[in-house]
Amino acid sequence: MSQTASSKDKKEKTTEGIGGGSLGQALLVPVLAVITGLILGGVVMAASGSNPFQAYAALFAGSFGSPSAIIAGIQTYFATGDNNDLVKSIYPFTESLVTATPYIFAGLSVAIGFRAGLFNIGAEGQFFIGALCSAYIGYSVKGLPMIIHLPLAIGAGALGGAIWGMIPGYLKARFGAHEVVNTIMMNWIAFRLSDWLLKGPMQASNFRPVTPNVLATAELPRFFEAPLRFNLGFFLALLFAYLVYWFLFKTTIGFEIRSVGANPDAAKYAGMNIIKNFVLVMFIAGGLAGLAGTAQVLGVDHWVGQGFSAGYGFDAIALALLGKSHPFGVILSALLFGFLRSGATNMQSIAGIPIDIISIIQGLVIIFIAAPAIIRWLYRIRSLKVEEIVLTRGWGK
Amino acid sequence: MTNTTVINPEAEKRKRISYGMTLLIAGVLMYLFFGVNTQAGSQTTFGLNLLGSQAIPISDLIVPAQTTVYLMVAIIVFAGAYQLARGVRSTGLLFGILALTFTIAFLTWAAQDKSFNLTGMLSSSLVRATPIALAALCGVISERAAVINIGVEGTMLMSAQAAVVVATITKNLYAGLIAAILVGGLVAAFHAFLVIRFKVDQIVSGVAINIFGAGFTSFTSSKFLQSATDTLNNSGTFPIISIPILSKIPVIGPTFFENNIIVYLTLILVVVMHILLFYTPWGLRTRAVGEHPKAADTLGVNVYLMRYVNVIFGGMIAGLGGAYFTIGSVGRFDELMTSGKGFIGLAAVIFGKWNPIGAYASSLIFGFADSLQVKLQILRIPIPSEFLLMAPYIVTMIILTGVVGRAIPPAADGQPYEK
Repeated sequence: MSQTASSKDKKEKTTEGIGGGSLGQALLVPVLAVITGLILGGVVMAASGSNPFQAYAALFAGSFGSPSAIIAGIQTYFATGDNNDLVKSIYPFTESLVTATPYIFAGLSVAIGFRAGLFNIGAEGQFFIGALCSAYIGYSVKGLPMIIHLPLAIGAGALGGAIWGMIPGYLKARFGAHEVVNTIMMNWIAFRLSDWLLKGPMQASNFRPVTPNVLATAELPRFFEAPLRFNLGFFLALLFAYLVYWFLFKTTIGFEIRSVGANPDAAKYAGMNIIKNFVLVMFIAGGLAGLAGTAQVLGVDHWVGQGFSAGYGFDAIALALLGKSHPFGVILSALLFGFLRSGATNMQSIAGIPIDIISIIQGLVIIFIAAPAIIRWLYRIRSLKVEEIVLTRGWGK
Repeated sequence: MTNTTVINPEAEKRKRISYGMTLLIAGVLMYLFFGVNTQAGSQTTFGLNLLGSQAIPISDLIVPAQTTVYLMVAIIVFAGAYQLARGVRSTGLLFGILALTFTIAFLTWAAQDKSFNLTGMLSSSLVRATPIALAALCGVISERAAVINIGVEGTMLMSAQAAVVVATITKNLYAGLIAAILVGGLVAAFHAFLVIRFKVDQIVSGVAINIFGAGFTSFTSSKFLQSATDTLNNSGTFPIISIPILSKIPVIGPTFFENNIIVYLTLILVVVMHILLFYTPWGLRTRAVGEHPKAADTLGVNVYLMRYVNVIFGGMIAGLGGAYFTIGSVGRFDELMTSGKGFIGLAAVIFGKWNPIGAYASSLIFGFADSLQVKLQILRIPIPSEFLLMAPYIVTMIILTGVVGRAIPPAADGQPYEK
């Protein structure tokens, strides 16, 4: 990464938003922001009467697994050919990657919105709608081979999310209704709609409000045997991150989107169609968030229940900001969040810390990322020449 | 300022036709859905007395269902035809006629052969509008000074929790109320500090406050409150205060004059804020800072100070709104109990054109939509309750879409000021 970045000329780098100066400088603020967030999170834990060191140790063990157990597992495998211990020891690590998968998609969704000057808070609703569409195709269409059924289910999820995202995009472009409020309203409508679907038309049995399991032909293939849930979705997410990168930085329409985001007046003056771009960006953003739901339902859960998408939308905002709205930055921050979330479950059961502590840390990280001046002031760092991305501007402009 | 608008005859004609057609189509739809489905001879009873109220009892309003629905259809069709032929200047009037006739026809249809308590509906609309109105007032006062605060939702959550915990520990509801207001002010001060001192993107800062607020309150709730409900999370609620004499008036009494202190404070705040904003030097400076900070600065107004004061004052109002959720209505804190009310309040700001009275009026519409879905579930009409629960959100979107084009925010709204 640093090799490729340094080999490109300076102009190229600034247009990609990784930042002027070296890659290390660009990473400095996000890394310090995360560290500061974790420290303050520890202060909150200590203030609430828990031991932050024990909690973070549990978090680490929950997200990476214990290194000694992994080494022991490998030794047993080579000595006896028995892979039970090895599978058990790498389970936490693969679970973290599994958790990171929808984060990559959802983070890309918010990031592409930021690039166009749109704030997509609706990733949560789009995620839910995408998951429901994929699940529906997954369980209701029968008798297709996997080569057709799986892409069909994935496409349904992407399309569902895309349409859900396009509605606020159109309202913004055509009527100037602010996307922040409208995407939040679309979230609530999606929750109520799913409540109804899960209790009625899409309910599997009369007992629980969940959908039937998707058929085996619509599942994303897993690479290991149960209980490991690591699946094709992770690589699909990486592929899409590359596609978004290519789309944003290597195509004309991507350039238009970034121009509209950087300065809509100039873009309009240059003859770019702002309305078309808003709708297009929200369509793509919705589709990516829908794919996050798809990856979760087809790769991990295989069914959808109530509260399925809880928290993904807000997490996605945090990690898009953390990744500076760059697809590769999003991958890194999604991995970080995957490890945090996955480890937090362990932290909750071992150290008795409610999982909501992660939201507190996220809120703090967003503040530090959005106000690098605070981090610079805290750590006495001189002003960096890092390109700032214009995020939002007021109501309906 | 609108006098300078150049009237384009083509656009005017198109607008006239499209609005007229909308009303006519609405009339046809009302006939098909409500008119056809009401039986001739069936009656709808609208209850006008509230159980346990001090108001002088009056007889209920009983109307023939089918005739009422047809009358509403006739009114809307007439309005549509008049609009097509002559054109009505005020789109607000058309919107009002549409909303009113639709609501009456809908209620008459939904409650045919049954009884629907109209006074109960109105009084619960006012109560449910209260947190939305307080969020909206916070928005109005901040945005008049050009600071957007979308962190209202998170602010209200933290205030709601602070209110119930302090009130339970001290066994004093007023201590809880003060705690909520202080927490609201504190969170808003932090927002102001970030966006004014560090020029953080206002929307991003607000979102961070929302995430932090949701996380913090859920964290403390599951860590402390759930295991100690009686000692930390059980405060009781403010009693209903009946205003003497006024509460005896039928319909109006139970709606306006039999409420708890937070509802009264909200009504007072609306009036006070209107006077402050439009009839005092402070209000003039606030508006100047929101419209043209540079000019205000040149004339000696301290732009940053005005923004700090307004945002913090707004946060205290949002804190009052947070208190409504716990010590104002249920007496305990539940995770994420604000359920989007802060955001609906932001829509009310826009619909109310950044004006306290307008914002309150639009909050009443949202409160009405909110309480309507509760009442309709009781009537067991053949619409799934989930769709009724969507109503406030859909109404918010329609209003934002239909109105925001004509609503003009303060010119500097959302922009940091640099000297």
